[in-house]
This record gives sequence, structure tokens and C-alpha cells, in this order.
Amino acid sequence: MSRYQRQLVLPQFGPAGQARLLAAKVLVVGAGGLGCPVLTYLAAAGVGTLGLVDGDRVAASNLHRQVLYTDADVGQPKARVAAQRLQALNPDVAVHPHPEFLTAQNALALLAPYDLVVDCSDNFATRYLVNDAAVLLGKPFVFGAIHQFEGQVAGFNLGPLSPTYRCLFPQPPAPHQVPNCAEAGVLGVVAGLVGLYQANEALKILAQLPGVLDGKLLTINLLDYTQRIIKLRLVIDKSQVRLLPDYEAYCQTTTTTPVMQTISAPVLAEALAAGQPWFLLDVREPWEHDLCHLPGAHLAPLGQLAAGLPALLAQLPAEGLVAVYCHHGVRSAHAISFLRQHVAPARLFNLTGGIHAWAEQVDAEMAVY
Amino acid sequence: MPFNILLFGITRDIVGRPQWQPSLAGPLTVADLRAHLYAQYPALASLRSLAVAVNNEYAEETQLLAEGDEIALIPPVSGG
Repeated sequence: MSRYQRQLVLPQFGPAGQARLLAAKVLVVGAGGLGCPVLTYLAAAGVGTLGLVDGDRVAASNLHRQVLYTDADVGQPKARVAAQRLQALNPDVAVHPHPEFLTAQNALALLAPYDLVVDCSDNFATRYLVNDAAVLLGKPFVFGAIHQFEGQVAGFNLGPLSPTYRCLFPQPPAPHQVPNCAEAGVLGVVAGLVGLYQANEALKILAQLPGVLDGKLLTINLLDYTQRIIKLRLVIDKSQVRLLPDYEAYCQTTTTTPVMQTISAPVLAEALAAGQPWFLLDVREPWEHDLCHLPGAHLAPLGQLAAGLPALLAQLPAEGLVAVYCHHGVRSAHAISFLRQHVAPARLFNLTGGIHAWAEQVDAEMAVY
Repeated sequence: MPFNILLFGITRDIVGRPQWQPSLAGPLTVADLRAHLYAQYPALASLRSLAVAVNNEYAEETQLLAEGDEIALIPPVSGG
């Protein structure tokens, strides 16, 4: 037991806490940015049985945050590689890799043998599936998610009266309204830190330490280090929860919706230099427009887009392409979602990376903010 | 009456700032506030599930807001 000596001397943890960990069975859904730190620290701490579900393979773009994998693992199944590393880290742990994606068909069988589930997935379809399956089976789960420099962590369904993910967010957002890490970007340390909060919560629940986030949402901002705890309420009737047949369809994730057209800053610059008559639409706030803008751009802040639509349509040529931009490309995507109802979608292009990308890739003189 | 609204996740990008102090005529419930926000920023309505917390507690739609309440708009976040 010398491996666990430093945690055994913790009075709140001690041999009783260690015995609870060694007897525990934990399933981690997703072995990515959040899953890597969760798996590493739960294995190191001596959680007796550790399952991991991930049907993905290691990609080069994973390596900056998914620290269980090395350059040589690119192309290999994450579940297999992660299981090898975890087994080497701690031979006491029974590691069970499940190299498949969690689906409505396999979820109940995969979750059933475990005492606790840790949701480290990266999409809404899996998050709602984890919630519904855990509620159906009466399993507690630790939720964690990130958006750029912000994190959310919570303990859900820790008991019959404990709130669930659906008590906080009853239904998934409309497709494309909330970007994932691939679209919004993320630093490895943000995923690492939020994953460690999840691992901390999992260890507190298993070792019966105080202060568990039972039905409480912890929000973490890693730019200004502000944290908040929001107290949640059980607002759904758990006895009514059923698994849906297809969570992908339920969330209408990227594959099932029309793709938004994009144009990169250098390509747009080239088109403008060649004299192509693009209509440039800036959907940022006036103060941002004053700082910097593309030459000849028409300003229509996202918040006033609906109210200012008649004026905008009056100025928009009857045909020709429209490049919509904002600071980083998120607000302009919202603007395009709205404008598609009034302007032929084939005319609308989102400037990838917004004016920030333009300043970086096209105009080094442009003010950056 | 004035409110301090804290914006999280994508709501910060939609509104274009981390905090917002609109002045709205009271009395106002959480549902009324939501209607005001959605009218000004239609993209907020597209989130479908946008949690509203008042003074660090999840708020029901019928809850009446009081002057000085700290309101947080918490959108779902999916990244991992």
C-alpha cells in the first residue's frame, strides 16, 4: 500500500477512503480532453475498476490536450491506448476498455456494472444519453464540459432527490448554436483543469468526503479565475425518463444539418483584390467596428439584426455574394442562421476566424483586440 | 429597475460582453426578463435551454425579480 501512502495519511481519507476506492467501479465516457486527466488520476488514486468508452482514434489535433497519447499513437483506438497506459500506471486497477461509441443500444449494458459514471464526452447527443441512462439505472454521474476558457462541473443524480442534467437544460440547443471545441477552440490546460475538477468530485463521492457538488453547478472561468456555484433543483419526474431511440437525431448534430458556407480571410482578400463585388457585413458592436473593420463593410450589429432587417435588405444588392464577419466567427454564424430565412443561403458565407483571422493572415497593420 | 446580468459561455459572444446592465420596467418575473432578452438577442432563444440563476440559485419562470438581484445566464456547453 506504499503507493497510496500520501493519501492514506490524509485524516479525511485514510484507509477507509482507500478501501472504498479499491472497491469502486467507475465508467468514464470519452477518453479525450476531459477523459485523459480523469482516467489518469482515478487510476493513480487506486479506483479498483475503471471502464472507458470511446470509439474514436487518436488524431494529431488531440495531442495538445489529450495527454495520455503520444505522437506514435496517432491513428490508434483511444480506448486501447489509454487502457495500456493506465494499466502500466497502476497494475492494481482492473481497466476495461470499450472501443465503441456510447449509443442508445449499448448504454444500459455498458453503464449497468458501474457505481459511478463520469461524463467526459464532447457532444450534446452523448451528454443527454449519459443523463437519461444514468437516471434510468439510478447511477450517480459527474458532469463536466468546456467552452473556450470556461468550464462547468456538477454532480447529478447522486440520490433519488438529486437533480439531473435535464433539470438544468431540459432540451439540447438548436444545431450549430453552441460550438464544440473544434469550432470554438480550447487550450489543453483548460480541458486538463476542468477534468481534474471532475476527478476530484468523483474521488469525493467515492471516498465519501464532504462538499460534494450534489445538484450544484460549478462554473469556472480560467481567464479571471472567478468561480460560482449555482444551486439546482430537481424539476423533472425521474420516473418518466426513457431512453430515446436516436440521440444524434434528437440533437440534430452536425452531420444532419445543412453545412454553413465559410470563406477564409486570405481567399476573401484575394477575391476582393480581383474586383469581385462581395457585400461585406459586419455584425459586431459599433465600438468594435470603430476599432477596425474591413474596407467598405456594412455595420449591422447582431442584436439589432432583426429590427434593422428592412434597412439592410434595402442596401443589399439583389444578387452577389455576402461575407458575414464578427470578431471570431461565432456571432456571424448566428447572423447567418437568421439571415438564411431572408437571403438565399447560397449567397451567405461566414468569414472563418472573423476579423481576428483577417488581422493575422491578411492585414498585419489592422488593430487586434 | 436596473439589473446586473452575468453572461456565460456563448451568451457572452451573442451579447458581445461579459456583463450587461439593462434597465427594465418592473415588476418583472424571470419569464418577462427572458422575453426581453430574446427580443433583443434572438440568438439567445435558439439556445432552447438557457438556464437563469438568480443570486446563485436556479430560478423558476414565475420567480419575481427584485432590484439588485444578480442574474446569471447559463447556456449549455458541450466541449470536452
